[in-house]
Amino acid sequence: MEQVTLTIDGKEVSVPKGSTVLDASKAAGIGIPTLCHLENVHAIGACRICLVDVGARSLQTACTYPASEGMKVVTNNPRVRSARKTVVELMLSAHRQECTCCPRSLNCELQKVAKILGIQEHRFDGEMPEQILDTSSPSITRDSSKCILCRRCVTVCQQVQGVGALFPVDRGFETAIVPALKNDLIDVACVMCGQCVSVCPVGALYEKDSTDDVWKAIADPTKHVVVQTAPAVRAALGEEFGMPAGTRVTGQMVTALRQMGFDKVFDTDFTADLTILEEGNELLHRVKNGGTLPMITSCSPGWIKYIEHFYPTLLPHLSTCKSPQQMFGALAKTYYAEKAGIKPEDIFVVSIMPCTAKKYECQRTEMSAHPGIPDVDVVLTTRELGKMIREMGMDFANLPKGECDSPLGLSTGAAVIFGATGGVMEAALRTVYEVVTGETLDNVNFTAIRGLEGVKEATVKVGDLDVKVAIASGLSNAKKLMEKIKNGEADYHFIEIMCCPGGCLGGGGQPIPTTNEIRKARMGAIYEEDEHLTIRKSHENPAVLALYAEFLGEPLGHKSHELLHTHYTPRAKYPETDKEEVTTGGE
Amino acid sequence: MLETTQCPNCKKTDVADIRDCVRQFGRDQGNLIPILHAVQKKYGYLTADATEEIADWLGIHASEVYGTATFYTLFSTKPLGKYVVRLCDSPPCHIEGSLSIQKAIEEDLGVGNGETTEDGLFTLEVVSCFGLCGVAPAIMVNDEVHGNLTPEMIPAILSKYRKEGN
Repeated sequence: MEQVTLTIDGKEVSVPKGSTVLDASKAAGIGIPTLCHLENVHAIGACRICLVDVGARSLQTACTYPASEGMKVVTNNPRVRSARKTVVELMLSAHRQECTCCPRSLNCELQKVAKILGIQEHRFDGEMPEQILDTSSPSITRDSSKCILCRRCVTVCQQVQGVGALFPVDRGFETAIVPALKNDLIDVACVMCGQCVSVCPVGALYEKDSTDDVWKAIADPTKHVVVQTAPAVRAALGEEFGMPAGTRVTGQMVTALRQMGFDKVFDTDFTADLTILEEGNELLHRVKNGGTLPMITSCSPGWIKYIEHFYPTLLPHLSTCKSPQQMFGALAKTYYAEKAGIKPEDIFVVSIMPCTAKKYECQRTEMSAHPGIPDVDVVLTTRELGKMIREMGMDFANLPKGECDSPLGLSTGAAVIFGATGGVMEAALRTVYEVVTGETLDNVNFTAIRGLEGVKEATVKVGDLDVKVAIASGLSNAKKLMEKIKNGEADYHFIEIMCCPGGCLGGGGQPIPTTNEIRKARMGAIYEEDEHLTIRKSHENPAVLALYAEFLGEPLGHKSHELLHTHYTPRAKYPETDKEEVTTGGE
Repeated sequence: MLETTQCPNCKKTDVADIRDCVRQFGRDQGNLIPILHAVQKKYGYLTADATEEIADWLGIHASEVYGTATFYTLFSTKPLGKYVVRLCDSPPCHIEGSLSIQKAIEEDLGVGNGETTEDGLFTLEVVSCFGLCGVAPAIMVNDEVHGNLTPEMIPAILSKYRKEGN
């Protein structure tokens, strides 16, 4: 590749042609503060904090200025320092500074930049833009009074997710980032994935906090409070406590939950295994009986809301299986309630999820085994769990390792990998292969479908059948597969779709930041966890087998349909009353 | 220049009609501004239905159509009066007394910046420079220019339109 050589602060550096000054200074080991920049996704020079002196009349933004041969860049002279400082001071003058009680306190990029630039006083004190506080969504709160108009959320929603729920409106001082027609978030086709929250540098977008509800339930002696944790949480929770990304903290997490006062610490992995049995059998049933193919996974609530809004005609392709979190909720208030001799209304189910869309999912009216009682009462994100553990004053990293309670806490390696893109597919293949062929898999690792690539395809020989599969993560990638299905060009049997790039490990409820490096590290932790478990196939989970023997009967049986399967609702792309029609998948 | 042809009380727009208006243009995203002009000319403002129709036709999100329209002061997302009185408040007009002109207009019409009179005849908008600095302070009423204004001239100018419009 053609290289260009330039000098930054007197240091010579060679970078590939097409690099920006910011790339080159990174290569030279020179730090330039940034705020709106988002690697590989968003470089629009909006925030003006990365200003550098390139010898031109005016200072230039390093994130957009191309590095060229022989160029001399100065990143740190009085002119640059003063300009950067003024930019941030002006930003602060329109930013509601309530740092001590802001959800992003101590993890705020604006706070960091202000510190780096040595800002110690409010130089400009003036008018503030009108505050828009939107609490309409069960998942995401928007507070324009903190917004610095970096537009990262706009880019991620529009380009990475293809949803386009947010866009800047008006101009100048009145500019605000809002949904179309200045509607509330709940009234537009937002999928509640929280990717906007994940990239927001400040506290302008954050999850709806439900930690108080959980503390209250724990303190209520009449409530039997059980908790489930999604597989991706254990691969990221450590980051909340300064541990490096990719640290597995399953054991510490279980101990922390127990010390917090949960009556039972269970595991969403248990119902992930159950999902594989139901969904695997559903796939085989569809293949045998000429049902709608390709069948698409239904674990990811952001993805479900996306297809309901944007591709409602393709809903019959969705597996009718509820997500593992909702299967867990349904079983906790039926099977477990019976077994433990506790009334369903006295059981309080808390989910710890890497996800903001799960907060919406648990409120869907169809997610209730007993009329008027939601199967899952509260969903917390990984970040909210981090917050609660901090409130307890625990030394998280050094907690002894605990084990989940049985029966809803027993799981396999196949369930853990649900947290990574391709994981549900791999878990399903491990089971489908053995169920169909009656043979034992020599190698359970389907490495061809692992990794962060946006769309993956593979053909797997299962007995006489060549099973064609596809996997997408990130909704703009999902869109590619949906267009293929719509145009009759998709000859797959089975498609796995996860709403967030990289799968749940990159979910909108995970510790901030989530970069590609961090996604890779979390993914490493997830596959390591799988390797460390003795049982790595869902159909070998003894607790799941017992559940079928004692309670459910068989996969796709009557009870399964009642408790573990669901239906979907076509939704309008634009605000209007949702149509009441109900679509069921399968045959 | 833009015309305002619709009464603000009559908010209904016919979807098939909007469709025809939008689809006379190609589906190239570069047509967004020309389409916004056409819709504004026909309906007086960008309706919610039109926003969605444009988004679907160009394959972009409604949020982007709406955001683009709100960026430009000459596009409106709410119904406007039959006559839109645009008053320049950029420095040359400001120095020449645009504030006193604004006061005179507000007194005559009984509405403030961004508001429409109850009879649906007038909307007042304080805007940025429209290039009439040579005759500052200036206003435009729809596409007619009135320059070298003093506050005393305002009642006569507005009553001319009031007569015309009733």
